Amino acid sequence: MKSDAGAAGASTSATASRWLDCASAVFTKELRVELRTRYALSAVALFAVITVIMVSAVLVGASVRADVKAALVWIILLFAALSGLSRVFVREEEAGTAAILRLTAPPSSVFAGKLLFNLALIGVVELVSVPLFLLLMPVEKLQLWLLLSILTAGGAGLASAATFTAALIAHAASGKSALYPIISFPVLMPLALIAVQATVGAFDAIPIHILRAWNDVGVLGAYAIVMTTASFLLFEYVWHE
Amino acid sequence: MSGMNKSVQSKNRVVDSSTAAIPPINFTQLRFPKVLLLLLLCATTVAGFLWLPPAVAFRNPGLARIVVFHVPCSIVASIASGVTLWYAISYLITRSSMDDVKSRVSAELSLLFWVLTTVTGAVFAKAQWGTYWNWDIKQGAIVLLLMIYAAYFALRSAIIDERKQAAIGAAYSIFATICVPFLTYVLPNSTEDTLHPKGTITTKEGLSPEYRIVLWAGVLGLTLVYVWVWRQHVALDEIRLKLAARRSARRAARTSGFVVTETE
Repeated sequence: MKSDAGAAGASTSATASRWLDCASAVFTKELRVELRTRYALSAVALFAVITVIMVSAVLVGASVRADVKAALVWIILLFAALSGLSRVFVREEEAGTAAILRLTAPPSSVFAGKLLFNLALIGVVELVSVPLFLLLMPVEKLQLWLLLSILTAGGAGLASAATFTAALIAHAASGKSALYPIISFPVLMPLALIAVQATVGAFDAIPIHILRAWNDVGVLGAYAIVMTTASFLLFEYVWHE
Repeated sequence: MSGMNKSVQSKNRVVDSSTAAIPPINFTQLRFPKVLLLLLLCATTVAGFLWLPPAVAFRNPGLARIVVFHVPCSIVASIASGVTLWYAISYLITRSSMDDVKSRVSAELSLLFWVLTTVTGAVFAKAQWGTYWNWDIKQGAIVLLLMIYAAYFALRSAIIDERKQAAIGAAYSIFATICVPFLTYVLPNSTEDTLHPKGTITTKEGLSPEYRIVLWAGVLGLTLVYVWVWRQHVALDEIRLKLAARRSARRAARTSGFVVTETE
């Protein structure tokens, strides 16, 4: 990039547009593969839906407190995400297409495309499973805007951290699907604790909890920004192995 | 385009570092008398059990003396984690396999010292707070650290190629260490309900003079133990690396008639 800028000033905008082209090409390719195979939707979204139904069926008649509900929502989301978010990188290694991708596109644009796809996937999973959860286990004093902010910020952090660990796990020789949650959970543990603490506020509507929850939304946003930045910085070293 | 430029640069750097690595760095070759270290460790242990007065402010004053073992363990574990992070970053920049060895050995020792901190902390918690485990925020953070290092070794063992193992391990240890402050600094400040006392070590009135002497002597002794074991392991792995390189070169010479040297 440095030498490009030195050679001709005009080429920087060309590089930027090429970067955007590559990123959007990776994203549309992921989307097309997904629409053909429906792997991620059947793995991740169905996993979340089935777990929500299981939880609600098992707890029928039980009085579940708001903080327990908040914990259940996030445990379901985390496990659902870790059942399928690694697909974007594992598929490239298994199909043997990673080498061609390495040659044709700049690393950061590959990561951006894959991250966008995983963000969209997490968004769909949240859109499907959280309303279903609230339908089956109603929350009386739901703070809708707070919950939406938590899901947006938390989902962004979840997607960026999980996409980077997916890039790491793609290099493992065997047991990728077993190892993926193992290496992702330590990274996602702070996110889970903060997100649950915030969701408690959105579910029980106690003023001091709501106040703390808005503060936590900021922390979740900071987590997402830090994790995304670290992923982009480290991805180049991982991708060219 | 940018990727190609970068890879050319990194190749040059690798060549530079391999030629520069021949003169040894004397600061890591420094020696210290191990007899003194043994005496220091014996002295802190004996002082911790016999010389220190019981800590009156605690629920179990006799048992609370474990603080002079618990806190040094956690400080040395933090140092070891810092060294792991430092050499992980250094490996990604230089790509010298010795940096990877230094980072991995430090990660092993840091796992050992975090386990020691957890065990002494659990005993201390039983004496002071009534149960071995309370999910205090620092206990949560230590579980996170233990999980990170366990996952680090699981990840490394799943990768066959050694260069890949080093790079992926370094990237994971950096990435995972970045998320630790969210649990140790951000979350405690938003909840406030920690059982751990604040400012015991950093403020003047936190510890009585006897405790301060024994505690910091313990920190010094354990740090020296860490440095000593770390160096021994690194030296051993350096020999292993050299032997492996010589063996593979000899095998290549025998099978093909000429020596193949690794370029990257």
